[in-house]
Amino acid sequence: MVRQISVFLENKAGALAQMTRVLADNGINLRAFSLAEASDFGIARLIVNDVYLTSTVLKENGFVLAVANVLAVAMPDAPGGLAHVLECLKGANVNVEYIYAFTSDKPGQAYMILRPDDETAAMKALRNAGIRQVEQEELGEM
Amino acid sequence: MERYYQPEIETAPREEMIRLQTERLVKQVKHVWDCVPYYRKKMEDKGLTPDDIKSLDDLKKLPFLSKTDLREAYPYGLVGAPLKDCVRIQSTSGTTGKRVVAFYTKEDIDLWEDCCARAITAAGGTNEDVCQVSYGYGLFTGGPGLNGGSHKVGCLTIPTSSGNTERQIMFIRDLSATILCCTPSYAAYIGETMKEMGLGPDDIPLKAGIFGAEAWSEEMRRDIQDTLGIKAYDIYGLTELSGPGVAFECSAQSGMHINEDHFIAEIIDPVTEEVLPEGQQGELVFTSLTKRAFPLIRYRTRDICVLSREKCPCGRTHVKMSKPRGRSDDMLIIRGVNVFPSQIETVLLNQGYPANYQIIVDRVNHTDTLDIQVEMTPEMFTDNMGEIAARQKTLVEGLRSMLGLTAKVTLVAPKSIVRSEGKAVRVIDKRKI
Repeated sequence: MVRQISVFLENKAGALAQMTRVLADNGINLRAFSLAEASDFGIARLIVNDVYLTSTVLKENGFVLAVANVLAVAMPDAPGGLAHVLECLKGANVNVEYIYAFTSDKPGQAYMILRPDDETAAMKALRNAGIRQVEQEELGEM
Repeated sequence: MERYYQPEIETAPREEMIRLQTERLVKQVKHVWDCVPYYRKKMEDKGLTPDDIKSLDDLKKLPFLSKTDLREAYPYGLVGAPLKDCVRIQSTSGTTGKRVVAFYTKEDIDLWEDCCARAITAAGGTNEDVCQVSYGYGLFTGGPGLNGGSHKVGCLTIPTSSGNTERQIMFIRDLSATILCCTPSYAAYIGETMKEMGLGPDDIPLKAGIFGAEAWSEEMRRDIQDTLGIKAYDIYGLTELSGPGVAFECSAQSGMHINEDHFIAEIIDPVTEEVLPEGQQGELVFTSLTKRAFPLIRYRTRDICVLSREKCPCGRTHVKMSKPRGRSDDMLIIRGVNVFPSQIETVLLNQGYPANYQIIVDRVNHTDTLDIQVEMTPEMFTDNMGEIAARQKTLVEGLRSMLGLTAKVTLVAPKSIVRSEGKAVRVIDKRKI
């Protein structure tokens, strides 16, 4: 499991730019990133090496955020990689609320961040299928 | 057992009260006609003489007085007694314009103190009690009014005035004060200071508090009651009419009984100025029946509230007013509906939102729009978008049932609502009417 930072963004030109500027000025590199949007606001979801530093500087700059655990899985960067992961979750009757992908400098390797409705069942299903889960420490080595 | 200070008056049958009010109204209008040229002119402009006022129903013919009149007539224009008969003035803080200076004869003060004594008695006070008056003394009516009422009840009165909170707590403890009179915010502050000193409700002998002179919520009442270990009673008044004690709460703690032998209350539509039927929300208007030195007829308070004649379990028969729900000056008319920012604030606070909000009214394609912007807080925020959307929906529904209007709710970034001099600008009306 890895720590994900969710940041509230007002639906306004420049809101996202303002957030990324704060990250840039503090030398924070994004490992993975996704943006969810409703009609009048958005949530930016970030995966970073240093969760403490990132959440501190964002708070200092007036952002509202929440930190939570999400699943991160490693898979081959090849056709069928994601399908295999999702089929194995489906087999355990686990629903996925959201999902986003990222790669690293490791050739042939892709990663997925996913938020299952049942964390325990999801972890068990992935383990049984031999799908490797990534921990927070590993992000630092990427 | 409910105690009354003046039981015959406080529990008088309605018919008896109507008889008394009619008699006093006729007399008061004559007095004002004879002694207050400023109001006489207003009556003459409407073609009225005192002979036109024979019953309570005739009251609605009479012209209103407003804060503007008080400003224009400042300082002596509305004084109804020779200055040799006046013995005191009291004055407002003047935060909303020019100060109001109100005059009192000896009898005016006596009757005002009766009203305060009724409030203290309704809160359970007797001559066995020790009453600490922590309202400001001086020009402000709070201290002198409750001080006088406390004397009348026969309480041992501690005139601490406001400030020096640790000394307040020392007196409460050393002299076993049982009743505290002050503003609700000061009561809350005394509670906080006690906590810092490591004291709880069991460390003080207080049993009741009489709090007024500013708006306070039911939530604040609960907080104060818990931290001080007391029952907290609301009291209402205006310097223009006398001071605290125009209306006060009884043991039922559900609205304030207006002292109807001294004041006639009406509720009007603040725009059309028409008198509204009982139970409808509108602006509170008072006519003072017994005041000689500063006799105001149909004075518009700007306070928005509701009157109720429902039978009160305390046995008092005087009409009850709700806590003021807003100021008519703040009223917005949106799609023909009267909306008070305080109603919106009530819904927000009830649903656990912070008080950082802004109301934006605009007109798009000839239709008024109401957009309520609420600052997102760490407590409200969650990664679950559905949850946030559901909360927004609940808020929209809550606003619809309170206002009878559909509002849009927008969540905005923290601290994005402009604050001027530390105070947020609550309403932005962009309509060009």
